[in-house]
Amino acid sequence: MSAELKTNESSKAAGFNFATVVDFFKNNMREYGMLVALVIIVLYFQFQTDGVLLQPLNVTNVILQNSYIVVMALGMLLIIVAGHIDLSVGSVAAFVGAVAGYMLVEKDYPIIVAFAACIAIGAAIGAFQGYWVAFRKIPAFIVTLAGMLIFRGLTLVMLGGTSLGPFPSSFREMSTGFIGDPIGGAESALHITTLIVGLAFAAIIVYLDLVGRKNSRSFNFPVMSTPLFIAKNALIVGIILAFCYILASYEGLPNVLLVLIGLIALYMFVTKKTVIGRRIYALGGNEKAAKLSGVPTDRLTFYTFINMGVLAAIGGLIFTARLNSATPKAGTGFELDVIASVFIGGASASGGIGTVFGVVIGALVMGVLNNGMSIAGVSVDWQQVIKGAVLLVAVYFDVSSKNKG
Amino acid sequence: MSDVLLEMRGITKTFPGVKALNDVNLQVRRAEIHALVGENGAGKSTLMKVLSGVYPHGTYTGEIIFEGQECRFNDISASEKLGIVIIHQELALIPFLSIAENIFLGHETASRGVINWNTAIAKTQALLKKVGLSESPNTLITDMGVGKQQLVEIAKALAKEVKLLILDEPTASLNESDSEALLDLLLQFKQQGISSILISHKLNEVSQVADAITVLRDGATIETLDCHKEPISEDRIIRGMVGRDLSHRFPPREATIGETMFEVRDWNVYHPLHAERKVVDNVSFTVRKGEIVGIAGLMGSGRTELAMSIFGHAYGKHISGHVYKNGREIDVRTIQKAIRNGIAYVTEDRKSYGLVLIDGIKNNITLANLPAVARNSVINEPKELRVTNQYRDDLAIRSSSVLQKTVNLSGGNQQKVVLSKWLFASPDILILDEPTRGIDVGAKYEIYTIINRLAQEGKAVIVISSELPEILGMCDRIYVMNEGQIVGEMPAADASQEKIMKCIMQQEVNQP
Repeated sequence: MSAELKTNESSKAAGFNFATVVDFFKNNMREYGMLVALVIIVLYFQFQTDGVLLQPLNVTNVILQNSYIVVMALGMLLIIVAGHIDLSVGSVAAFVGAVAGYMLVEKDYPIIVAFAACIAIGAAIGAFQGYWVAFRKIPAFIVTLAGMLIFRGLTLVMLGGTSLGPFPSSFREMSTGFIGDPIGGAESALHITTLIVGLAFAAIIVYLDLVGRKNSRSFNFPVMSTPLFIAKNALIVGIILAFCYILASYEGLPNVLLVLIGLIALYMFVTKKTVIGRRIYALGGNEKAAKLSGVPTDRLTFYTFINMGVLAAIGGLIFTARLNSATPKAGTGFELDVIASVFIGGASASGGIGTVFGVVIGALVMGVLNNGMSIAGVSVDWQQVIKGAVLLVAVYFDVSSKNKG
Repeated sequence: MSDVLLEMRGITKTFPGVKALNDVNLQVRRAEIHALVGENGAGKSTLMKVLSGVYPHGTYTGEIIFEGQECRFNDISASEKLGIVIIHQELALIPFLSIAENIFLGHETASRGVINWNTAIAKTQALLKKVGLSESPNTLITDMGVGKQQLVEIAKALAKEVKLLILDEPTASLNESDSEALLDLLLQFKQQGISSILISHKLNEVSQVADAITVLRDGATIETLDCHKEPISEDRIIRGMVGRDLSHRFPPREATIGETMFEVRDWNVYHPLHAERKVVDNVSFTVRKGEIVGIAGLMGSGRTELAMSIFGHAYGKHISGHVYKNGREIDVRTIQKAIRNGIAYVTEDRKSYGLVLIDGIKNNITLANLPAVARNSVINEPKELRVTNQYRDDLAIRSSSVLQKTVNLSGGNQQKVVLSKWLFASPDILILDEPTRGIDVGAKYEIYTIINRLAQEGKAVIVISSELPEILGMCDRIYVMNEGQIVGEMPAADASQEKIMKCIMQQEVNQP
């Protein structure tokens, strides 16, 4: 109650003063807390690694290394928001990689056929697990624990204990290639197309924010004061452009980043603007109330698992293409990174709460930690300890800020 | 002089931005039943939390004097040690443990960590006898009714050698006979010298058993009424609670009743777990356009089960029977179909079944009819805000904005959100299950007004309620239910509490 009053007052204050900034962060702690943490982590490792972290080559690497985690985390977000969990994503990704290996390396199928088959298999696996969870009411933890074993086993059966590779180069392009530069041309030191894409992207984001602000105004909802709003958008535009500049001074936008941005935009839209998204949040918030409001809760749960299967398949394909081989051990431990990203991003373990924005930040926190620690020479053993501690601390802050609010 | 058991003096408790209690005084004598009444949010529960140590010493100002000693409780166990035991509205029993295990949970009869079950069970038996339960101490809590569970809670309190028993809405979920038994028990305790503080919305119970009544309003003590000096009427208590005369507890009603709109015929429902138990037995009833029909009956008589089974088979198994709307049979086999056919069901348990508490008012209101604010399944947010703001104004939902989370609303405002949700689904037939449970007097009136308006708009309204005055005050026609059957039907003009109870009793007698 008092917090809301505060926002009201601060939005009325016309001037740009320190108090309103502090207030703003207080009131939006949950949304921006992790973003601030990410910036701190980036700055820390930038310093620790003598500037290696933000070098163009390394930034590109961080994106390539984490792309499949982000893809799977988008599916995991919906699963967790709906009040479930999926432990099988790593095994499913490995199995799909094995199928891709069989079709492309052993049998020489056209890529498009192999692609379609892999996505269909992912959907079928999701449907299989979703069936047990949604219609047979077996806890997702158990169903997907079984799935984790089943699909890891099937991967081993398919590969017979060896690796399959190398893959056709056109398949690898998806994960390791970069977009062309028709505007700047091959001679240009900077990748001009990348910069233009970045500018367009920044413009879209500012436009959407303006529309949202106008909307809130027309309903007399508290909005940020104008100077604060400009400062916030300038910061966002600055970060996007700086990021694109860094990429442009290496090879430009990686293909996989385009895929990623497309998926992130799609899932932001689905979770925020569509009927099905709204219903998934309601289902996770209170399943009984959602059911009695006519929400087809069982069918929705089923769909979220199919969606997860498809995204696990895409993640598996990206990973396999990057590794250039399908291996029995692929994807081990992915489920943990994926689930951690979602929770670090502020999702609630009891369902109903979580955002795509948060998940992306969560995945970046994990990714930058991994990369930064590796460059700084922290041993793999200690890396795990630190990641575990970060997960615990992040969720603790989230829980305690919720209790206060 | 030592007649006073407890005195709370000048208690002030502030939460950030809100003064929840302002200089509150409360005096409870030995062997007294002291009722604490007030509207929701008046500060009753906060005061009791201060007393029992939930809010430790130092987080409030003022003093607590118990048996002549000033007390500074740091937690609940400190107050329990002195014999102050609080029984919360939500029962704190563990369902899959036995009575004995629950009673001695936390202070087991053990030596060196090994429990002596023989003593525990013997002690439990003695305690159960005191509260009038004949169950075996090994019975699991989950196998007992709510009324008996409440008695187990009290037995648990007795095990702690209680001197002052605090009961927060103990009869809210009990039927009449269980409530009666519980109040009798309080009177017995009084004889034994145990005092009780009774928080209750049921004013008839309060005026029946209380020796003194303290009225709280807006966090302040308004008055303490002595019931021995003069008999205190319910109206007198209400006047203290709301600060004005509430001359009419029900809004005036001018019914314009049309043709039969909704009809249920030969409806049978079996228990979802015990397939041989018939919960609704051959029920038939009709509701006309613009009519408010009441379904009276005791708790467990099958009213909620009847309503939920009609609403998309949301309860029960092997359901048979027919449902007609405007003379044509309709399909209600899933909740989606029932809603599409114009039926709405407002649940008796709004927190568990009615609201997504972590969501805002807006998202809750549109949940049952999202396609109406969406195009091609993309939500039109400005339209959604417009619609929900309209309901917020129309139904006077007191809130900071439609984005406020429903968990922070008072009971009455929460109920208005649930009502808005179903109004937005624009149903023709509304089934309201205990629409005013746990809602204070002022908000009740508002809810009644909304219900009246709906009937006026030509909807068929069914009201299920355990409070007979509410049924009598609101409805045009009344069905009486017992043991899953309809045992009586009467126009409200001819009905009285006695008549309804008689219907129920007669059937009990006729049972073999």
